[in-house]
Amino acid sequence: MAEPTPLVSVVNQRDIRIVEFIHNKILDESNITDIGTTLKALIDEPGKPKLLLDFANVDHLSSAALGMLINVNTQIKKRDGQLRLTNIKPKIFEVFVITKLNKLFKIKPTRPEALTSFNE
Amino acid sequence: MVGVVGTIDMDMAGSKRRNGGGRSGSPRAGPAQSHYVFNIPSDFAASRDVQLRILQDIERRGFNEQTRFAIKLALEEAMINAIKHGNRFDPRKKVHIEATVTPDEARIIVEDEGPGFDRSSVPNPTLRENVEKCSGRGILLIEAYMNQVRWSHGGRRLRMIKRNEPDVIPRC
Repeated sequence: MAEPTPLVSVVNQRDIRIVEFIHNKILDESNITDIGTTLKALIDEPGKPKLLLDFANVDHLSSAALGMLINVNTQIKKRDGQLRLTNIKPKIFEVFVITKLNKLFKIKPTRPEALTSFNE
Repeated sequence: MVGVVGTIDMDMAGSKRRNGGGRSGSPRAGPAQSHYVFNIPSDFAASRDVQLRILQDIERRGFNEQTRFAIKLALEEAMINAIKHGNRFDPRKKVHIEATVTPDEARIIVEDEGPGFDRSSVPNPTLRENVEKCSGRGILLIEAYMNQVRWSHGGRRLRMIKRNEPDVIPRC
């Protein structure tokens, strides 16, 4: 059987974990659970978590995905960490605006802007 | 997997042509209207097939990208609500879906066999006190992206309409 395509890729820059979604849809419940588990593992690493989520590939997402992101945000806050979102396409950004989650999350237009927005 | 009851195509003169569950028409010389009826078990795999069939139809009809995005999102949320919150994955319960697609609009009904719900009792997820809660956003998105939304039969039946209008901006 073919290897399943990973759902996210993670690269490190300084103490920041940059997580890029590989698939263009974050819809499927089992995928969302798996992504949530991966992010939880990153949050639980030693030290205060700094996560940057890159949405460059994402064309669709569901309310379940938003729920997962809210959960991630809550976990990071509990650990006194920081979360940034970037490269969100206009159609997807609209979903954040309608749900007013653009006010909950710190969203930056580009990856460099997001990276420089982390506090030391 | 997917129980397709039938597909009725209606030509410009209004006569009906029943396609026993097959695809409706060719892309350009397609019928004026496609009508789909599905009865599916309460699982996401069956739901995917239904969504694909409806979305392929609206794509074939050249619905604009924003409209297709809206229908895809609303249909996904409606199916999740019916399977997860309505039927609670009960294998004995079905989800009934009807879709009528014309060149101008898509009319979709999603009905489950669950206990129903009172729309007015769902907390508004955009309020400050609810923004970190994980529920109510699916309904909000359906209502924002579709032109008409009506809940009936005690909340078990959702009827929604999306017109294929250019540059539609969702209500916020």
